[in-house]
Amino acid sequence: MYKILKAEKLADNIYLMDVEAKRVAKSCMPGQFVIVKIDEKGERIPLTICDYDREKGTITIVFQIVGASTARMSKLKAGDSFRDFTGPLGRPSELCDKSLEELKKMKILFVAGGVGTAPVYPQVKWLKENGVDADVIVGSKTYDLLILEKEMEAVAGNLYVTTDDGSYKRKGMVTEVIKDLVTNEGKKYDVCIAIGPMIMMKFVCLLTKDLDLPTVVSLNPIMVDGTGMCGACRVTVGGEVKFACVDGPEFDGHKVDFDQAMKRQQLYKTEEGRAFLRQQEGDTHHGNCGGDK
Amino acid sequence: METDVLKRVPIAEQDPKVRAANFDEVCLGYNSEEAVAEAGRCLNCKNARCIQGCPVAINIPEFIHEVKEGNFEKASRIISEASSLPAVCGRVCPQESQCEGQCIRGIKGDPVSIGKLERFVADWARENNIKPKAPEEKNGKKVAVIGSGPAGLTCAGELAKKGYDVTIFEALHEPGGVLVYGIPEFRLPKQAVVAPEIENVKALGVKIETNVIIGKSTTIDELMEEEGFDAVFIGSGAGLPRFMGIPGETANGVFSANEYLTRSNLMKAFDEDYDTPIKPGKKVAVVGGGNVAMDAARTALRLGADVTIVYRRSESELPARVEEVHHAKEEGIKFNLLTNPTEILVDENGWVKGMKCVRMELGEPDESGRRSPVVIPDSEFEMELDTVIMSLGTSPNPLISSTTKGLDVNKRKCIVASEDNGMTSKSGVYAGGDAVTGAATVILAMGAGKAAAKGIDEYLNGNDR
Repeated sequence: MYKILKAEKLADNIYLMDVEAKRVAKSCMPGQFVIVKIDEKGERIPLTICDYDREKGTITIVFQIVGASTARMSKLKAGDSFRDFTGPLGRPSELCDKSLEELKKMKILFVAGGVGTAPVYPQVKWLKENGVDADVIVGSKTYDLLILEKEMEAVAGNLYVTTDDGSYKRKGMVTEVIKDLVTNEGKKYDVCIAIGPMIMMKFVCLLTKDLDLPTVVSLNPIMVDGTGMCGACRVTVGGEVKFACVDGPEFDGHKVDFDQAMKRQQLYKTEEGRAFLRQQEGDTHHGNCGGDK
Repeated sequence: METDVLKRVPIAEQDPKVRAANFDEVCLGYNSEEAVAEAGRCLNCKNARCIQGCPVAINIPEFIHEVKEGNFEKASRIISEASSLPAVCGRVCPQESQCEGQCIRGIKGDPVSIGKLERFVADWARENNIKPKAPEEKNGKKVAVIGSGPAGLTCAGELAKKGYDVTIFEALHEPGGVLVYGIPEFRLPKQAVVAPEIENVKALGVKIETNVIIGKSTTIDELMEEEGFDAVFIGSGAGLPRFMGIPGETANGVFSANEYLTRSNLMKAFDEDYDTPIKPGKKVAVVGGGNVAMDAARTALRLGADVTIVYRRSESELPARVEEVHHAKEEGIKFNLLTNPTEILVDENGWVKGMKCVRMELGEPDESGRRSPVVIPDSEFEMELDTVIMSLGTSPNPLISSTTKGLDVNKRKCIVASEDNGMTSKSGVYAGGDAVTGAATVILAMGAGKAAAKGIDEYLNGNDR
């Protein structure tokens, strides 16, 4: 059992938890993910590691309710436990390969969408602690769904918040902010790291390709085991089929076939599937393996 | 009970029509009267060829003799000396090409039902609470076993019997490996059969830590340098599913057999009480002809689909166990043999709508000795489908080989290990099972686990004595 040390509601349907998982905390790196399973009957849910404390042996996860298992997870409190918690899975972020010298010379732009803000935060924080200021764009549907704003503000070089409905700060999509910064303000970035909903990452990549700005995305396909065994998470990158769990989850965004990836995310979301599952569970269940992943 | 010595005592099975709609075990096993009668057919050969046919060398005539005498407990002790998972092996071994394939009775009539007798003895022992005992003296040496499938459980059990302090590390949330994620309930019941066998291995003193991914959560070097393990056995299994590389394979509705079976078996998606979803499909093609293909096909059938096996060679080349093919046919699985897919047809929303195939004929034998299939010109045709399950084998998972210094792999990326004792290129590290051979059978993995246990024992004894 893996004990929950802290449980907090960040926004509507979005929850943060610190979970005791010593082996994961000892070996994880930014960009990797874990798989959690609430109990015997729960799904295996992949979630990007949002933060870790090697001394305390804890991992921070942030998830959004998208199905039956995540709905049940949201009811857990400090002191409760997950039956299973495993990782770290996937490859560490490419930034981890770079030396501090190199990083200090780089201009980095993070683009975070919705619950994707959570995995962006520790990367920005780590850079800040090592003397690298990165710019961060955070996009949210509406003010009520905005998470980790204060925390992000404390670690980002510049923070640009935008809401789809204009309920807070700027109104509009993250792509408009990127355009503004690069085209109007003439800012130059060496790399863009975009984490958020698939549709956001697709449009960010279309834009940054035009802007000639290399872009890394973190994909969140459907998965079962997370170790390469099932092949559910296959995604076409640069014309080649990759398994997001072992080859990713981060990929060169300009090479990802997003349209196919988005179709694959719908696999368990058909009308028939919904009706079938609603009838079984009395709840909508999308089989999207939860959270931001 | 009267028997014709040339014929096997028939075994009770669920009616094909009934079982096609449930996940209960197909074969119901012998009762004690039937088992004693079948055991009476054994000739108790002095030079027992059946033992040579068994990868873990169970003393078959001796245990069958005890069954004949009604000494079932004694029979179970004899099997336990050689095998840690008899209830599993009695159900899933390809006996026809191993012990039973060697049986003298088989020359003129049916071979003795060795597998069914083994199953009977193991089930009887479980029902009568016969458990193996942990050795009283521990030797103080620690061995880590990676993977809790057939190879790992066997290696761990053998070492524990010799007094080693053994910990198994399992990547998934349940121990059992392919026994829990791969082989379906109707062939190998999880709670009734697999779980108690794993409990028996634990009763020998073996510890199992789940949710540990070696190569990620920790590494072999860390296990040896920081956690004090004197030796490591790698039994991590087969790995990544293969796809054909034909157009349309990333469409919705194309699954690997691994995914389909894992959802149903490990995650219990067939059971409404569990959260994990599955898309069973209505018209399903399973591509491949091995045991895994049969398992996927029969699972889809039970989930309500119309199922066709698509295999590029003919029936006699099907790699699956004869019994599985027979059961699949009885249940209504169709076979489209000498057929090879060339493209998966996809609708405008990205879903499978069919599969383009060509007909094949058999040419000259290839390096595996099987006649290789050749495309018949102008034989293209389409199948209307909503689901395609690819069951084409696996390629090794690089998680361990890429994170362990000094561990050699071969051209096919399988770990290089001695067949005799499992020794790898890295001192103190042994390996066996599918991680070494590529996808094979439960019993071959067990044989390799057993050989490696012997190798590890010799290595650790030679080290400081």
